[in-house]
Amino acid sequence: MEWEIVMGLEVHVELATKTKIFCSCTTEFGGAPNTHCCPVCTGMPGTLPVLNKKVLEYAVKAGLALNCDITRYNKFDRKNYFYPDLPKAYQISQLYLPFARDGHVDLITRSGKEKTVRIHEIHMEEDAGKLIHSAFGDATFPDYNRCGVPLIEIVSEPDFRTSEEVIAYLEKLKTTFEYLGISDCKMQEGSMRADVNLSVRPKGSEEFGTRTEMKNINSFKAIERAIAFESARQIEAIEKGEKIVQETRRWDDNKGKTFAMRSKENAQDYRYFPEPDIPPISIEESTIAEYTAAMPEFAGEKVVRYGEEFGIAKADAEIIAGSKYLAKLFEETVAICNNPKEVRYWIMMQIMYFMNERGVAPEDIKLDPKKFAQFVNIVAADRINKQTGKTVFEAMFFGDDSFDVEAYIKENGLEQVDDSEAIREAVKAIFALNPATVEQYKAGQTKVVGFFVGQVMREMRGKAKPDTVNKVVAEELSKL
Amino acid sequence: MDILNMTALEIGSAIKEGKITSVEATKAVLEAAKSVDEAINAYITICSAEALAKAAEADKKIAAGELKGPLAGVPIAIKDNICTKGVKTTCASKILGDFAPVYNATVVEKLEAEGAVVVGKLNMDEFAMGSTSETSYYGATKNPWDTNKVPGGSSGGAAAAVAAKEAICSLGSDTGGSIRQPAAYCGVTGFKPTYGTVSRFGLIAYASSLDQIGPVAKDVADCAAIMDVIKGKDSYDGTSLDVEYPEYLKSLNGDVKGLKIGLPTECFKTDGLDPEVSEKVKAVADTLKAMGAEVEEVSLPFLDYVIPAYYIIAAAEASSNLSRFDGVKYGFRAADYDGLVDLYNATRSEGFGNEVKKRILLGTFVLSSGYYDAYYRKALKVKAVIKQKFDEIFSKFDCIICPVAPSTAPLIGKSLADPLKMYLSDIFTVSVNIAGLPGLSVPCGFDKSGMPIGAQIIGATLSDAKVLNIGYAYQQSTEFHKSFPEVK
Repeated sequence: MEWEIVMGLEVHVELATKTKIFCSCTTEFGGAPNTHCCPVCTGMPGTLPVLNKKVLEYAVKAGLALNCDITRYNKFDRKNYFYPDLPKAYQISQLYLPFARDGHVDLITRSGKEKTVRIHEIHMEEDAGKLIHSAFGDATFPDYNRCGVPLIEIVSEPDFRTSEEVIAYLEKLKTTFEYLGISDCKMQEGSMRADVNLSVRPKGSEEFGTRTEMKNINSFKAIERAIAFESARQIEAIEKGEKIVQETRRWDDNKGKTFAMRSKENAQDYRYFPEPDIPPISIEESTIAEYTAAMPEFAGEKVVRYGEEFGIAKADAEIIAGSKYLAKLFEETVAICNNPKEVRYWIMMQIMYFMNERGVAPEDIKLDPKKFAQFVNIVAADRINKQTGKTVFEAMFFGDDSFDVEAYIKENGLEQVDDSEAIREAVKAIFALNPATVEQYKAGQTKVVGFFVGQVMREMRGKAKPDTVNKVVAEELSKL
Repeated sequence: MDILNMTALEIGSAIKEGKITSVEATKAVLEAAKSVDEAINAYITICSAEALAKAAEADKKIAAGELKGPLAGVPIAIKDNICTKGVKTTCASKILGDFAPVYNATVVEKLEAEGAVVVGKLNMDEFAMGSTSETSYYGATKNPWDTNKVPGGSSGGAAAAVAAKEAICSLGSDTGGSIRQPAAYCGVTGFKPTYGTVSRFGLIAYASSLDQIGPVAKDVADCAAIMDVIKGKDSYDGTSLDVEYPEYLKSLNGDVKGLKIGLPTECFKTDGLDPEVSEKVKAVADTLKAMGAEVEEVSLPFLDYVIPAYYIIAAAEASSNLSRFDGVKYGFRAADYDGLVDLYNATRSEGFGNEVKKRILLGTFVLSSGYYDAYYRKALKVKAVIKQKFDEIFSKFDCIICPVAPSTAPLIGKSLADPLKMYLSDIFTVSVNIAGLPGLSVPCGFDKSGMPIGAQIIGATLSDAKVLNIGYAYQQSTEFHKSFPEVK
């Protein structure tokens, strides 16, 4: 039988406000345990939460960007449960009136498939702390630094059918929130966390199967593996005649398996009720109009514009616009040097290489667009060739603020040599060093031309202008 | 000077005039507490050293002209569910027995900035749950008029200390009558302000949507003076109201001419209402009428629903608010436990008293899945209806006057044996909290056995100044608030 996987996502995104949702503690990641907290976020008796207005602003912007209806009259609710990482023994969240509902996200998957995923709702909530288990003995230590860090939880409809769609969705959320400046969406640091609700059904069936919810998936790679594992596990179970239990399952990335955490029968009763400490919050029409008008240009719009304005191919434009930081670098550099093709070339060839092979994150790129533009102008003026350019670009990319493109080229003597006589001397020297190869050429083996060109380039330490080298090598060979 | 017989405002003036010092006033209160509190048990903690140091500081600042307020240098006692930095704040519970907050409640900050001197922390029902102050882990507080009787609750210590003259004035908290009822039982004046008028930051929550801090004192003028200090929007409390507040003390003029006073028909027909209480409370209306007010009957058709709605909302919020006391972070932790769940169970079983457990269970039940709609949601609907009805009433009336409690103070031990009756005795006070209104309790006479009776003046939201002024007018022409017991 052919099976279809049905998935819905619950994505937690940490909002990048400077301070926490209900107090003025820093949201900075890390820090020694219990140094980013105060009586409010540790839920000391008598303290009260006061909503950080910035959280509401960021949340509403996220809702608008995901095409949601924004709730005009907002309330918070308490979700009650006991756990040592939750100092008040309740989490302030939104159950009855989430701030955003009924949105959608348009996706294009890696294989080019278009897809629309519906958003059921988005709500605001506070993060919990974490527990550190002692390596010695059975002690556990709570760290409340994360308590009260603002989160939004984006709940999709069960619209996903493949892991490719899931990843396209998460990437879309990430770039959208990056452009909005409301989250950095780092899965490794937990600022974006995705729980996958997954069920399987015979292809063509309209009914949903029993679903499981997978937690603790910490990377795009893990998502792909977890979906593959869990769907296979469910299909195998059903084919064996077993029933799927509705339960929460934990993904173990090392073992590559999911494990049952708790079933629906043991599900906690969270005893939600309206949070009495936070008065209802109204969102004015004028605020929504203001945020809507101030929406940034998102990736999709940039791709179209890069094509129309700069003649950048769609595939390249998607990669550049796929990161706010790359797009910013691209646009600012082009604005100075007015050479989009060359700027594209260096982003696609060098920066992508640094990102893929050396783990450079786009948000960590420090490259100054002014220097980048200066570099592009030097390359465009043929003052250095592409090969030398790579060396210069790498030095510039990883260099500090004091890096000077001109000085670097000068100090290392990298300026391109277009002196035919100097190149001719080098050609002659290479011929003299390789008499056997010269004989081969004479015997009609023309493919050795490439060898000579390469040797001459090496002799000239890469600085020679390739066209001139080709020309002079051809001239000298004809003289043999 | 007879400091203990003076009001807070009189002491404030005497200090400014150089007749006495804050240190002398503070010493007088501390000594009174030493001599009478054995009989009353109004205090859980007396902070003599801190208070005397603060009083000396206040004297210096008053002399230097840095402190000019009417309460500068005046000693005040604080209910033990209001956080005081570095001073134990127990909520009269074992579970917070050793809890000393690292922060002051906003009201304490404001009082100290004014130069008032905190002398100690007052006994109460555990976590403010109770109407008798008998559920305290630190022993019951006694009524100074008859130490065999309860002082009322939950702010029993706040009212008893003022009545026994071992405090000049105090701060209590009122969730369902917890300031007004003990004030009535102890023959002192107590005021529950409009919800949101006084910051709740630092008040250890019982029921967040109902709790409000307020003053207990010898008369309305003292209450108004304290309100002037503690009122106002607080950036640490989102529910505190951002409105323009009147000067309460300055607005007291004793003029009630032309005011329309409502006497709620249903209140005076309530089963179990002591005829003596009924008579004395009605006499308050007569007094005000004689001063120029108009009195008319008014209907409170929702009175039958207020007790169930109150206990559902209060217990639900309490069950959540008290969950943080789990033995993990501060306060009491059970000595023996096996694993996390047992740590919670043992700590909470040993740390909480029976009344608190009862309300946590009730609250947990009404919020649990399947029951939420039947109880909590319905209670919220009743709350909305009560608010709306009060709005209608106050569009026609300036205030309503009714009893604070159906009877005078009961004997110790009697109420807890019949909890349902105890809960029902909150009938005249809880609707004020449900609707967030200001309510004032003023002494209005004594029953045959000599126990004080209180009358309640209730006004519209944010009409606190008007309510206080009506009480002030009443006290201008009566002497009941000037009677104090001889503590034996």
